[in-house]
Amino acid sequence: MAHPTVSRRDFLKVSSTAGAGLMIGVFLPVKERLIDAGLVSGQPFEPNAFLAINPDNTVAITVAKSEMGQHIRTSLPMIIADELDADWSQVKVTQADAHPDKYGSQGTGGSGSIRRSFGKLRKAGAAAREMLIEAGANEWNVDKSECAVSNGKVIHKPSGRQFTFGELTNKAASLPVPEDPPLKSPKDFKFIGKSMPGMDTRSRVNGAAKYGIDVQIPDMVYATVVRCPTFGGKVKSFNSRAAKKITGVKDIFEIEEGVAVVGTNTWAVVKGQRAADIKWNHGKFAKWNSSRIRTMMKKKGLGNAVVAREEGDVAKAQQDADNVLEMAYEVPFTSHATMEPMNCVAHVMNGKCEIWVPTQVPQRVQTTAAEALGVSEEKVTVHVTMLGGGFGRRLWADFVTDAVAISKKIGKPVLMLWTREEDMAHDFYRPTSIHKLSSAMTKKNKATSWSHRVIAPSISGQLSPERFSEGQLDRSAVNGASNVPYEIPNILVDYVMTNTEVPVGWWRSVYNSQNAFANEGFIDELAHAAGTDPYKFRLKLLKNSPRHVGVLNLAAEKTDWGKNLGKGRGRGIAVHESFGSWVAHVAEVTVNSNGNFTVDRIVGAIDCGLAVHPDGIRMQMESGIVYGLTSTLKGEITIKDGAVAQSNFHEFELLRIDEMPKVETYIVNSHEAPGGAGEPGLPPVAPAVTNAIFDATGIRIRKLPIRPEDLRV
Amino acid sequence: MAKYTLTVNGKKHRVNVEDDMPLLWVLRDELGLTGTKFGCGRGFCGTCIVHLDGEPTRSCMIAVGNANGSKITTIEGLSPDVSHPLQKAWIDEEVPQCGYCQSGQIMTAAALLEQKTNPSDKDIDVAMKMNLCRCGTYQRIRKAIHRAAKEI
Ligand code: FES
Ligand code: FES
Repeated sequence: MAHPTVSRRDFLKVSSTAGAGLMIGVFLPVKERLIDAGLVSGQPFEPNAFLAINPDNTVAITVAKSEMGQHIRTSLPMIIADELDADWSQVKVTQADAHPDKYGSQGTGGSGSIRRSFGKLRKAGAAAREMLIEAGANEWNVDKSECAVSNGKVIHKPSGRQFTFGELTNKAASLPVPEDPPLKSPKDFKFIGKSMPGMDTRSRVNGAAKYGIDVQIPDMVYATVVRCPTFGGKVKSFNSRAAKKITGVKDIFEIEEGVAVVGTNTWAVVKGQRAADIKWNHGKFAKWNSSRIRTMMKKKGLGNAVVAREEGDVAKAQQDADNVLEMAYEVPFTSHATMEPMNCVAHVMNGKCEIWVPTQVPQRVQTTAAEALGVSEEKVTVHVTMLGGGFGRRLWADFVTDAVAISKKIGKPVLMLWTREEDMAHDFYRPTSIHKLSSAMTKKNKATSWSHRVIAPSISGQLSPERFSEGQLDRSAVNGASNVPYEIPNILVDYVMTNTEVPVGWWRSVYNSQNAFANEGFIDELAHAAGTDPYKFRLKLLKNSPRHVGVLNLAAEKTDWGKNLGKGRGRGIAVHESFGSWVAHVAEVTVNSNGNFTVDRIVGAIDCGLAVHPDGIRMQMESGIVYGLTSTLKGEITIKDGAVAQSNFHEFELLRIDEMPKVETYIVNSHEAPGGAGEPGLPPVAPAVTNAIFDATGIRIRKLPIRPEDLRV
Repeated sequence: MAKYTLTVNGKKHRVNVEDDMPLLWVLRDELGLTGTKFGCGRGFCGTCIVHLDGEPTRSCMIAVGNANGSKITTIEGLSPDVSHPLQKAWIDEEVPQCGYCQSGQIMTAAALLEQKTNPSDKDIDVAMKMNLCRCGTYQRIRKAIHRAAKEI
């Protein structure tokens, strides 16, 4: 690497390898601080290679976030290419391997990829643009102000002379990085705000896209792993002779988490696993089932809670009240059920390890594998494949350990694949929860207090019990509850931790899915008690929340709120803010006399600030609506004898095309900073539907999933 | 182990595998055709659908022994250059999200269009309801099928 130029004040770095052109990366504050402190040498500097302009005129953008359907490999390049004024056909995307020093956090979650990098990526593109302009001006020996970029070319305006980016990139690479490159005015955006075609769409319609399960490398064998179905249980025995009798089975052995079967193809190992007749020591949790968990939670919910938000004096308001409305809302565990079951390809050899994996956390994969093998992280290479769905499940690297252990033992590359049954039995489930809500009411049924007790297992508590144990506040568990936006004078939100052996994890929108259901159902009850239209009731209590109001108005307007839908039909509304965006849904339902019902239509309005990739946002809204509706209508995980009772899609059902409501999505026009899109569309779905059912029938649903028998009177 | 002959995407293959091996794993593990996906292994999800002698078939549910001599079309063989009207419509409507289920969706839809050149919404429901999509692309799938039908 020759003469790297580092802009100290800024977060851009540039470097050039002789003849390889300009590479610009986004500054990594932690590394810079280390250099300032003299802890590591500052030269030469390795850039965070987000952007390279190659002499062959391609603009190579390395995307360090995982592609799981959110079109991040389209929208992140759009941001850079826009400021750079590249031609879209020049843009080539590569997927980054795990590399914390280069890319900072590669974790893909929290609907954060755009909102956390928008400014930085724009700046990287703008800096490259300014350097190319300067390089062109130098070549022509003219003033920079006479030059501009357009569609991948630098142009000398007075003479019309042109250079391609490729022709200038080596020259540009030797120039200093501008401290503060000018950013485009939004009216000049050419990609941002446009629905650019998906980078990966073509490969997703001809079978070419490579997911983890599709990796095939020379000498590779196949494996599957079974864990004890009961959480916390261990292997007791298995019949390795019977397993090895299956043609194609090469080996069967115990690994830390269960039993691994290795063979020459997937079918052999699945048969081998069945033949092995594995017996388990089920352990203590075998005595648990869903109803026992629920009883435990209810009991703990009566005890001490830790306060998350307190305003005014709820106790006094309740004392002074004419009436106190008290209700409990409940949701079950549910599973991510990505269509691609968990899998990982690992090749351990000579103290090194190479991994191909569909993951949301390449770096956690790297550290997990390094720890398992007792080697340093540099010895572990992690290639990120396409993900057949993520939704938070692939924020865990539990299945990676399986693949690494097997490859280490057999000394060959292995494709470790869980069966659907294994995937369903060993998820990190959306925490089940109980919500106790109450409100003090005046004689005229005006609400003077709001209390919400969240009773739920804690994801953080399971991850780091030393930091979060019972009696402590897990802030994430009250996400969406503690920030209830309604202006009610006395507010108390508190939390009771109820952990069990059932693994819990980040499921699309995390605790917002439960808390929004409780909030938005109960506020509807308050509206009804006050005899006020639920939409107008919300508006009255949201006087200082313009973005809530904006999406409520938009959704209401698009559905002709207030217009009668006819007999047996109902309309419900719900609003929720999460991940930096605001979403309101209006659901329309039809309920017939035997309790069967259909969700006919869901209209969603989102305010996610500046809409970088509008069609991507619409897709995420549609997807969040289906995901949310699935958990409203079906998709329940229950515990029986300490294990998950559902084994495959006949027991854990997903929404199907014939149950799909008509979905419409509207995006609020905004120039605010971008918010998230992957998750915010989910939380208001369930309450919009249950509120619509109430509108149609007068029956209030407070427990998910909704069952037809709940609607039979 | 036994030898079987399969014609996949117009090409003859001889494989030497157990007779109960589902076609899915023959395609993926033996022939390296990974466009056909595994989702459940028990006939519930449709990600593994291929055409077997023209019929949409869950390849996880049919043993290779029962497919001997058959003509099979997988997503890789639907068109040489992504020119099938459904593939074009899928691109125009930006149907895929994660994309994992889409091989199965497209193969099911292709069989539907073979039978009904202008399917109604009801026809689409009936044909497509065994194909799950966890990303929830159903509405776009419906639109894309209608769009492709117009092109045929
Ligand atoms: S894998 Fe064949 S139907 Fe699911
Ligand atoms: S596109 Fe992801 S499962 Fe259908």
